[in-house]
Amino acid sequence: MLCRQTGPWTSRRAVLGAAAAGLAGCGERGPPATRLLNVSYDPTRELYEEINALFVEQWKQTHEGDLILEMSHGGSGRQARAVIDGLHADVVTLATPFDIDAIAQAGLTAPDWRSRLPNNSAPYTSTIVFVTRAGNPKAIRDWNDIARDGVSVITPNPKTSGGARWNYLAAWAFALRQPGGDEARARDFVRSLYRNVQVLDTGARGSMTTFAQRGIGDVLIAWENEAHLGLDEFGAVNLEIIYPSMSIVAEPAVAKVDANTARRGTDDLADAYLRFLYDPSAQDVAARRHFRPSDAQILAQHRSEFPDLAMITVDGVFGGWAEAHRIHFADGGVFDQISAERGQ
Amino acid sequence: MSVVARRPWRLVEPSALPGFGPALGFTLAYLSFFVLLPLTALVLRPWEAGFDHFWRVMTDDRTVDALRLSFGASFVAACINLVFGTIVAWVLVRYEFPGRRLLDAFVDLPFALPTAVAGISLAAIYAPNGVIGALFDPHGIQIAYTPLGVMIALVFVGFPFIVRSIQPVLEDLDVEAEEAAATLGAGRFKTIVQVVAPAILPAMLAGFSLSFARAVGEYGSVIFIAGNIPNVSEIAPLLIVIRLEEFDYAGAAGVGLVMLAISFVLLLFLNALQGVVGRRGKA
Amino acid sequence: MSGRSSVARRDPPWFAGALIVLAVFYFVLVLFLPLVTVFLEALRKGFTEYRVSFDDPDAIAAIQLTLLVAVIAVPLNTVFGLAAAWAVAKFEFWGKSALVTLIDLPFSISPVISGLVFVLLYGANGWFGPFLDEHNIQVIFTVTGLVLATTLVTLPFVARELIPLMQAQGTDEEAAAATLGAGPWRTFFLVTLPNIRWALMYGVLLCTARAMGEFGAVAVVSGLIRGETATMPLYIEILYNEYNSVAAFAMASLLALFALITLAVKTALEAQFADELAAQRIR
Repeated sequence: MLCRQTGPWTSRRAVLGAAAAGLAGCGERGPPATRLLNVSYDPTRELYEEINALFVEQWKQTHEGDLILEMSHGGSGRQARAVIDGLHADVVTLATPFDIDAIAQAGLTAPDWRSRLPNNSAPYTSTIVFVTRAGNPKAIRDWNDIARDGVSVITPNPKTSGGARWNYLAAWAFALRQPGGDEARARDFVRSLYRNVQVLDTGARGSMTTFAQRGIGDVLIAWENEAHLGLDEFGAVNLEIIYPSMSIVAEPAVAKVDANTARRGTDDLADAYLRFLYDPSAQDVAARRHFRPSDAQILAQHRSEFPDLAMITVDGVFGGWAEAHRIHFADGGVFDQISAERGQ
Repeated sequence: MSVVARRPWRLVEPSALPGFGPALGFTLAYLSFFVLLPLTALVLRPWEAGFDHFWRVMTDDRTVDALRLSFGASFVAACINLVFGTIVAWVLVRYEFPGRRLLDAFVDLPFALPTAVAGISLAAIYAPNGVIGALFDPHGIQIAYTPLGVMIALVFVGFPFIVRSIQPVLEDLDVEAEEAAATLGAGRFKTIVQVVAPAILPAMLAGFSLSFARAVGEYGSVIFIAGNIPNVSEIAPLLIVIRLEEFDYAGAAGVGLVMLAISFVLLLFLNALQGVVGRRGKA
Repeated sequence: MSGRSSVARRDPPWFAGALIVLAVFYFVLVLFLPLVTVFLEALRKGFTEYRVSFDDPDAIAAIQLTLLVAVIAVPLNTVFGLAAAWAVAKFEFWGKSALVTLIDLPFSISPVISGLVFVLLYGANGWFGPFLDEHNIQVIFTVTGLVLATTLVTLPFVARELIPLMQAQGTDEEAAAATLGAGPWRTFFLVTLPNIRWALMYGVLLCTARAMGEFGAVAVVSGLIRGETATMPLYIEILYNEYNSVAAFAMASLLALFALITLAVKTALEAQFADELAAQRIR
């Protein structure tokens, strides 16, 4: 949070200013500092803390006054809902393109948002990996190992967490790509996998806490970046990262929320901020935070940290996010069906 | 203001005191803004996507399971508190021992302690690597992140209601009735069962209702310790939040409305039961 | 109190002893353990780490925001409580019991629903969403939304403390004052207020404790912007999700400390003004 650089008084003024504005029944902010609100998903807290500091530094070289970059983090679906419900996000940096599509559908951003920035508006990508206890006591090597009987799995809820949707789709694609794999087998496979799930948190962060801090489960399905963070946080002696034979290109996407920036007069700032995410300095931060950078040069520098593995895409296997959502995650979709079967 | 006189029936009984109009007016305006208007939205919005949608949401397995868990775990928690709350109330009123006043003061802790604080603390205690969780884990019993964990959190939040309902009744209980029973040769246990129990039964039921109602709606302390798995350890208030996160406003409001309706019916029933028991206790 | 000395009420020592042990055990398990855990977890990495966690500007902002919300919501509900109690306790009018039920209603509503209803009304997709949007007014995800949700959740506290007491006190004193020519405000400040001041303090205390600790309702209406719309309980959840367990429990320990102060003040109030408080319905 950028309040750190501007000192406690600014943040207090922010609160009181917001209060005064709120009580006066007025959406405008009192203090003269420029503000930009980035509404993001769970595992990007540390990433944006660092990138924001760099951006403010750069911005101050050419601008007068204060720039306060505000952050809000939560499950990706929840965050998209909040923006649709009126949270005044200038930019959203969410876990799946679908969540931003939902914001576009509500008319808050352009439907073609994905083509407005390089690399499908994904400044960094990630993939889905496993985290096990040290020494991998359940001998988990690949997706079929975590669908076995007697393996307890931790993954968040695909209905509220973007990361969880990537987890689910990766598992589905794996089953589909097995010899003799078809939709019916994939469904069975995913059902037996979710039957092993012991705790279904609402966000990726909650799942990591459950797995690492509370010691529940044999394997955690997680973002690659979140898995590394977990190892840093809870000790590489306790946890181990396992790369499956195949995974998915997870594309967390970013977009400007046009309706809000127009109203708040932050249009140019939001554009500059999002472009900055592709800047080599920001890309380097992403790489060090274990997000796979889109900048080829930066990626090359960090090559050894990002093992190669076969990766499918949502567009390639599921015909795009809208389709994947309709079949799997929408109300009454496949995920709802297998959840109901589990309850019986 | 006005002179008291015999008048026909009217909306307001005349009074010598000032300020009725402004006080009632303000009260009604305030309640309309903070309670009535919001509840109207809760009652009307579930239907906006059509009755079919409402019906599908309500008969959905996930909704039914969440409601069953919320009401079931609340019921069990209230039962546990009924037993121990009665014992605690009895001990606090009838016995003198060091630390009694301290215990008495602490009964209200769950009122004063924020639910989120209780939630993270209970999760830390009952997780497999927590103080109590570690005792059960080797035996294959898991408490946190199961329906058992939900129940533990609800026991915590519901505890004060039963004790605080029974305590005053027990304090006011006529000594003579017990003395008479004792004089007539009734054993101590017989006295308790036949004299004391009927007298405090209505209060026990009242406390049970309050404890139950509070537990059904509880959110903060539960979500940290429940596993939040659909159909297994997902409580109804969490389902409301999830429906909201899925942009399903009608669904969220629908679950909320049904929760409110069931609570209302159950409380009516418990109140009626209290009335019946109360009359019998006096007879 | 006399009950403890009556011969007829003397239980066998083993029986009394067993019950006391059982009650103390239940207290330790259900109440003390979660409370102690909060402080132990907060101090797990030493006092310095604990102390440092409050240097974070976001932590300070969360504390200030929580106080700000309480400072708005509590006086609102206090004025409401006084007005409602005046109307209900001092006058007879048609529909009074319905009004009392309505005042009690927020107690039996899940906090999540209390937040949800304001999203249904004032969210971008709410009934008044388009109107508010046109006039560039934002309610949900601002401090206004937090205040609305908190006010609804804590609405009954002051009224519930005052109504039974003022009913028990009747109208004689005020009527006498009015007859002697005292104006309405004079009557209120010189006659009514001194009679109810302790109950009023008690209600305000409970209301404040609940307002500062509210989680479910504000979780639904907060945009979770650190340093701006994250209250203490929400900030606890944020820290908890950041694996920053020490800081989360440190913030929790502040709220727990406040809960302990609440209990202490409450006990002191009760001890000194037992008679006045005994007249009310105790929750």
